[in-house]
Amino acid sequence: MTAEKLIDLISGNLLNVANTNTQILASVVASDLMSDVLTLENEPDILVTGLANTQCIRTAEMADIPFVIIAKGKKVSQQIIDLAHEGDIYLISTHLSIFKCCGLLYTHGIKDTF
Amino acid sequence: MSGITFSYKIDGGDFVNAGKASSEIKRTLKQLNVAQKTIKRVVVSLYEAEVNIVAHAHRGEINVLINAEEISITLKDEGPGIESVEQAMEVGYSTASPSVVSMGFGAGMGLPNMKKNSDYLNVESKVGVGTTVTIKVALVG
Repeated sequence: MTAEKLIDLISGNLLNVANTNTQILASVVASDLMSDVLTLENEPDILVTGLANTQCIRTAEMADIPFVIIAKGKKVSQQIIDLAHEGDIYLISTHLSIFKCCGLLYTHGIKDTF
Repeated sequence: MSGITFSYKIDGGDFVNAGKASSEIKRTLKQLNVAQKTIKRVVVSLYEAEVNIVAHAHRGEINVLINAEEISITLKDEGPGIESVEQAMEVGYSTASPSVVSMGFGAGMGLPNMKKNSDYLNVESKVGVGTTVTIKVALVG
């Protein structure tokens, strides 16, 4: 799935344009527990979270996850947007719940990372 | 042994800047063309340890030495210390406050994950004084 398709699928807003190459997105992790994300052996393409703070961006940066989706319509501060930009991470917000967001990704062929 | 050194001061409770040192080290290792998997092991360990200082200590200092063979990191904090390092190494054991949990941490996974991602991990702690964590990751092989 392309980034454009992903954004369209989840009715998302792209909050920054990162400096990474356009890539095909194939895997996802959904978590509000950043400690869990940091234990992953593999690198999913997307992190879906309801946690709207700077540490979800830092975690994605350390775990080599290029896309972060902040779900549930959580307010995303400029500080978070700036940090994502610095870390070359695409930041997307959506009003969808984590469940619905993941359900849409699942039915469109995105695989789980665990 | 010669190499490049970096030093960072960390303030307890400063979750806005937590991860800044790890981010800078990641950038440096990328510039040095270190393998991606090795970079990830280093920065995941370092970030977990950096978050621990922010979450638990009053203040701390991170010293990083990079040479041809390994990256060696020492994180020394002034804080409450750890009563039982053995217990802290167990998955699921945590003394984190609710505010730390609200940041997505404090599930008792940090130290075990640091052990998993490093080639050497040493934790020395004195209750009421502070904790010193040493992490080493080999850069060769």
